[in-house]
Amino acid sequence: MHELPVTESILEIALRHAEQAGANRVTDLYLVIGQLASIVDDSVQFYWDIVAKGTPAEGARLHFQRIPAEFLCLDCGERYAPGEQVLACPKCQSVRVKVAAGDEFRLESIDVDSSDNLAPPPAENCDATERSSR
Amino acid sequence: MPQNVPVVEKILSANDRLAQENRTAIEAAGVFAINIMASPGAGKTSLIEQTVRALQGKLHIGMINGDIATSLDADRAAAAGAAAVQVNTGGECHLDAVMLHDALPRLDLKSIDLLIVENVGNLICPAGFALGTHKNVLVASIPEGDDKPYKYPGMYRGAEAVVINKIDLLPYVPFRMDFFQRGIQVLNPGVVQFRLSCRTGEGLTAWLNWLQKQVRINR
Repeated sequence: MHELPVTESILEIALRHAEQAGANRVTDLYLVIGQLASIVDDSVQFYWDIVAKGTPAEGARLHFQRIPAEFLCLDCGERYAPGEQVLACPKCQSVRVKVAAGDEFRLESIDVDSSDNLAPPPAENCDATERSSR
Repeated sequence: MPQNVPVVEKILSANDRLAQENRTAIEAAGVFAINIMASPGAGKTSLIEQTVRALQGKLHIGMINGDIATSLDADRAAAAGAAAVQVNTGGECHLDAVMLHDALPRLDLKSIDLLIVENVGNLICPAGFALGTHKNVLVASIPEGDDKPYKYPGMYRGAEAVVINKIDLLPYVPFRMDFFQRGIQVLNPGVVQFRLSCRTGEGLTAWLNWLQKQVRINR
């Protein structure tokens, strides 16, 4: 299982960007993971709770946006979801295809909080629903 | 106050950066490096053994072997004549750029022409972790079955060469070569392929010629 180093990498990226933004707390992370990337959400969440402990991202919520695999036929332009045993274009049978979507593996954005300890705790107005799209 | 900070950074960017450092070190020493990946038992170590033996006197070969435990594979490569270094990953299912970075100083790169990195036997993870080698070589084998490109597309997409080992078993094992090839073609159009048997030696020459040519043109 390689979710541990992956999770550590996510934490490193999030903390670096939070620091650059002058924030002292990370509350939410928005991950974009393609279907072709081999990663198990639950496993990342499990490790997250351990590796983020004691950091400004402790307790932050992980949001996974899963992108289905999509192939693009270079001959007829058809976009299609690859089947289990059929990878070639279902329309023209061409094998000249490329992966149009599904290998994403990135941290899209984070929600941070830069209020200091003297301020009241953040209310529910945290912008958690605003997710930047691809 | 709460705010959303755009990041848009590849999760494995740190690994990618270190892989680039490895590549720089490898190239500075004038070495050509390949990363051999396969499922357990496909014949990675056998291919390396045969390669090292056949190229003895032609190329100086160094080898870094990644395994969860034991140094059996590195021992086999060393017995065949390579300068071999063992990396035990301690349960990790793939080599990553950090492990290669730690292993490189244990080899005298200046005295090597070709560096062969043997990844952990696994058809899922290794493709996701760049090491800094020049080319990824995927070893498939007949008994694994012809559906592997379809089941492990990530690995087949990430390879620059596919070696199909154990072709001596074709008469005994159901294996639809055309079905297998169609899968590879879609995932990785035009990827160079070698059909061979490490046991009988059939087909090895084409592989060895390709490898020597790569060393010549990439150094």
